[in-house]
Amino acid sequence: MEAGLLAALPVQELVFFINRGLLAGLIIGSVYALGAVGVTLIFGILRFAHFAHGDMMTIGAFVALICVALFPGGGSILGLPAAFVLMPVAMVVTALLAIGVDRTFYAPLRRAKVRPVVIVMSSIGVMLMMQGLVRLFAGTGTWQLEAGGAKTIYRLPLLGRDIILTQPQALLIGFTAVAAIALHLFLTRSRMGKAMRAVSDNPDLARVSGISIDSVVRATWVIAGALAAAGGTLLALDVTLKPDLAFNIILPIFAAAIVGGIGQPYGAIAGGMLVGFTETFAVFNWSVLLRPLAPLLPDFVEIPNRIAFVPTEYKIVVPFFILIVVLIWRPTGIFKGRVVK
Amino acid sequence: MALLDMSDIHGGYGGANILNGVSIAIEANEIGVIVGPNGAGKSTTLKALFGLVTVSQGKVTFDGRDITNKAPEALVREGLSFVPQEFNVFPTLSVEENLEMGAFIRRDDFRPLIDKVYGFFPPLKDKRRQPAGELSGGQRQMVAMGRALMTEPKLLLLDEPTAGLSPRYMGEIFERIIEINAAGVGILMVEQNARQALALAHRGFVLAGGQNRFTASGAELLADPEVAKSFLGGGE
Amino acid sequence: MSALPRRELVLFSGLVVVVALVFSWMGAAYGTRMLVEASCYAIIGLGLTIQWGYAGLFNVGIMGFIALAAFVSLFVTYPVNAAFWGSGAPAELGWALLAIAAGAAAVYAASQTHRLGLPKAWRTLLTMIVLAVAYLWAQSIFDPATTRIERGAGWIGGLGLPVWLGWAAGGVAAGALGWAMGRITLGLRADYMAIATLGISEIVKAFLKNADWLTRGTLTVSPIPWPVPTPQELGFVASRAAYLSITAILIAVIFVLLQRAWHSPWGRMMRAIRDNEVSAAAMGKDVNRRRLEMFVLGNVIIGIGGAALVTFTSIFDPSAFMPLNHTFLIWVMVILGGAGNNLGTVFGVVLVYVIWTMSEPAALFLFQQAASWGDALFGWRAPADLSTRALQMRVFVIGLTITLVLRFAPNGLLPEKPVKYE
Repeated sequence: MEAGLLAALPVQELVFFINRGLLAGLIIGSVYALGAVGVTLIFGILRFAHFAHGDMMTIGAFVALICVALFPGGGSILGLPAAFVLMPVAMVVTALLAIGVDRTFYAPLRRAKVRPVVIVMSSIGVMLMMQGLVRLFAGTGTWQLEAGGAKTIYRLPLLGRDIILTQPQALLIGFTAVAAIALHLFLTRSRMGKAMRAVSDNPDLARVSGISIDSVVRATWVIAGALAAAGGTLLALDVTLKPDLAFNIILPIFAAAIVGGIGQPYGAIAGGMLVGFTETFAVFNWSVLLRPLAPLLPDFVEIPNRIAFVPTEYKIVVPFFILIVVLIWRPTGIFKGRVVK
Repeated sequence: MALLDMSDIHGGYGGANILNGVSIAIEANEIGVIVGPNGAGKSTTLKALFGLVTVSQGKVTFDGRDITNKAPEALVREGLSFVPQEFNVFPTLSVEENLEMGAFIRRDDFRPLIDKVYGFFPPLKDKRRQPAGELSGGQRQMVAMGRALMTEPKLLLLDEPTAGLSPRYMGEIFERIIEINAAGVGILMVEQNARQALALAHRGFVLAGGQNRFTASGAELLADPEVAKSFLGGGE
Repeated sequence: MSALPRRELVLFSGLVVVVALVFSWMGAAYGTRMLVEASCYAIIGLGLTIQWGYAGLFNVGIMGFIALAAFVSLFVTYPVNAAFWGSGAPAELGWALLAIAAGAAAVYAASQTHRLGLPKAWRTLLTMIVLAVAYLWAQSIFDPATTRIERGAGWIGGLGLPVWLGWAAGGVAAGALGWAMGRITLGLRADYMAIATLGISEIVKAFLKNADWLTRGTLTVSPIPWPVPTPQELGFVASRAAYLSITAILIAVIFVLLQRAWHSPWGRMMRAIRDNEVSAAAMGKDVNRRRLEMFVLGNVIIGIGGAALVTFTSIFDPSAFMPLNHTFLIWVMVILGGAGNNLGTVFGVVLVYVIWTMSEPAALFLFQQAASWGDALFGWRAPADLSTRALQMRVFVIGLTITLVLRFAPNGLLPEKPVKYE
C-alpha cells in the first residue's frame, strides 16, 4: 500500500521543484537578506537610501579575493573554501571602509543639515567611485573566488532522488541563519543594539536621553559593512566574482528592505526571502509540476512546455513589481516600518 | 547659589529670535512653573536651556557651572533631564527598554532605579514588556518621565506634561510630579493648565513675547489680579 | 537685469575659449559633433533642472526615460516595414493587444467585486487569481504573435512620419511614464522615488533590449531619419551645423518658456513648495499635484532631448543606454552648473560634456604613460585591458565630482538667484 503511494508520487518533479524552486529561492533570498539588513538599518538610523550598498558588497568580495590570493591555503585545514574562512577579514575591512566613507562623505552633509535626498545623491557618488575603483584595479572580467577544483556538493537523498546543494550554498544559508539569530540577540539584548533601535525610533529623543549618536552610527556601519561583505563574498563563491556583481542586486535589496518595512531588520530578512522566492517562482517553469497531472486531465487540455510568469530576461521586473505593489498598497511595508514621509 | 540660573537669555531658530531676555532661577528641590500665552517662548526657553535652541545672548549656569549652548548629550551628564512634549517615548521599544535607554550613560547596575520608577508609576510595571507606542497617552507620559528619571537628575525639565491628557490623568501626573519632587528632584515645567500648575509651584514665571512679565512664587502669582486677568483666563 | 553679471560673462567666455580650442585641435567636424551632443544634453539638463532645481525631485532613471523617448521617436519616424504590414502579423498583434485589454478589464472587474458584497480578503484573493490567469492567457496569445513577427518580417518597423512628430511623441511617452511613476511615489519620501525611477529605467532597458519584434533588440536599428540633410548629402560639418541650429532653437524656446514660467505666479508657488513644503501645504497648495506637474514636464523635456540625442547618433542600440554612468553624467552637469538656474544648467552641461569627451583621450594617454613608466622603472607589466580600465577612471571622477560639489559647492557654479518681488 505504502509503496504504491510512493510510486504514485511525482518524486522526480517534486525534487526538481525543491532544487530549482525552493532552494534556489532560499539561496538568492539569503543574499538579498544580508544586503537588506544593512540597507534597512542605515535607512532607519541615518534616514537615507544607501545606493552604494551593492558596491560595498562587491568590494567586500574583492577583499576576500585578495585575502585568498595572499593565503591560498587558508581553507585547507577546515575543509572549507579559503574565501569563507578568510571572510571575517573581509568583513572587518569592509566595516572599516564603511565607517571611513561615512566620515568622509556622509557625516559632513549630515552636519550641514542638508535634505536627506542630497545624502542619497552623495551615496550614488560614492557608488560610482567604488565602481570606478573596482574596475580600475580588477578590470571588467570575472574572477573565481575558489581557486581550482569543483565545489563540494552535498546530496540529500529523498525518495530515491537527490536534493542537491553545493558547499558555498550551504554556507550561505547557514551563515544567513546564524547572522539573523545573532542580530536578533544583539538588537534585543545588548545596550548598543537597543540604542540602535531607539535612534531608529526617535533620534531626537535618543539625543536628549544622552545616547551617543556617533557610536550608534558607527555600530550601524560596522554591521551593515560586515554583512554586506559576507553577502558579497558568499554570492561570489556561489556564482562568480564580477565588478558588476552587486549592482544587479541593489534593486531587489531595496525592494526587500521596503517590503520588510524600513528600519525593521527582521522585516528585511523576511523581505529578502520574499523577494528571492517570488523572483525564483516567477521564472520557474511550472509546467514541470503540472506534467504529472496529465493523465488526469481530459485529452484536449495540453500542458505547454513552458509555463512561467516572467521570462528569465525580465527577472529584474519582479522585485520592481513587488516594490510598486508594496508602495501602493502598504508603503510602511509588511512589518510596519517607520519613516514613510 | 541657585541650582539653575538663566539670565537675560536671547535666542531662537535661525535668524528669528523668539526669546528676548528671559530670566529663570530656581533653587535645588524646587518646582518652577513657566506659564504664558501661546507663542510666548515657554517651550523655547526649555529648549534653549537644554541645548536644542541656540542661545545668542545671555548666560545659563547650572549647579555653579556655565552650561550655555552645551549639547544635550553633555547636559544629561551634568544632571539635567528633559521630557519633550511630543514624541517623548521610543514607540517600538518596550516600556522597560525605554527606561534602559534613559540610563544609557550609566555603567552601574540600574535595576534598583527601574524598580524605583515602577514605584512612582505602578501601572508601568504591568506593561513593562509592551511596546511604549501601544500605551495610552497618560501612560506614555509616565514612561517619558520615568525614562528621564533614570539618570537621577538634579533637575527635571517637563514640556507641557499634561497636554492632551484627560482630567483624570492630568491630576495623576501632577500628583506624581509632587512625589518626584519630594524625592529630591528639582522640577522646571511649562504648563498650559496654569492654575493647577502654579498651585504646586515654588516659583512661577509668566512669559509673554519672549520676556518675563511676572516672576514670583506660585501662590503670589495666583493671587495677583493682573496675572489672573491677563494670563489665567479670568475667573475659572 | 540690465546686463549679464560679471560671473556669467567670465564663465561663458571661458567656455567659448575652451570650445574654440577643441575646434582647433580636433577639427570642425569633431567640434560640431561635440556641440550637437552637448546641446541635446542641455535640453535633457533643462528637464532635469526643473525636476531637481525647481521641485527637489530626485530622478535616477533619466536613461530609462531617454531610452523610451528615443524608441518612440524611432517608431514614429522610421520608414514603414512593408513586410510586416503585408503579412497577417498586424491582425495577430491586434488580437493580442485586445487580449491584454480584456485581461486588464477582467482584473479590474475582480478588484471591484467588494462592491457586490464580497469580503475584502476574498476580493484580494480573487483578484490575484484572475490576475495570474489573465496574465498567463494574454501571454499565451501575445508570445506566438511576436515570435511570428520575429521569424517573418523581423520587426514591425516604423510609421514613416516626420521627425518633429517623433520627438514630440517621444517627449509625451517619457512624460506619461513619469506621470505613472509620480502618481505612485510622489506622496512618499524622496528616496523611494529615486529607487523607483532606478527600477523603471532598468525595466525599460530590459524591455527594449529583449523585445526584438518591436526594437530589433541587440541587432540595433539604423539609420534613424534626421530632421535635416544627412552628412552623405551635405558633408559632416554642414549637416551637423544644420542639426545644431535645430537643437539650438529648441533650447532657446524651452529656455524662454521656463524663464517666463519661473517668474510667473506658478513659479513662485513651485519655489514656495520646494523651500517649505509644510507651510505651502498649510496654505492649501496641493503639493503633490504641483510636484507631479513638475516631474511630468521635466520628463517631457528630457524625452525630447533624448530623442534628439539618439536621432543624432543615428543608431538605436538598447544596450548602449548605460543606466547609471550617463544618468550621473547629466546629474553632474546640472548640479555643477547650478540646479534651479537655467543659464547655469546650460553652462554646466557644455562644460562637463567638453571635459567628458576630452577625458577619454586624456585618460588613455595618462594610463599609457603610467604603464610605460611602470614598465621602464619597475618592470611592471600593464594588464591587457588597460584601455578599458582607464575609461573606468572616468566613472570614478564623476562620482568624486558629485560628492565634492554636494559638499563644497551645493549651489553650483552659477547658483540660483533669489527672485525679488516688487
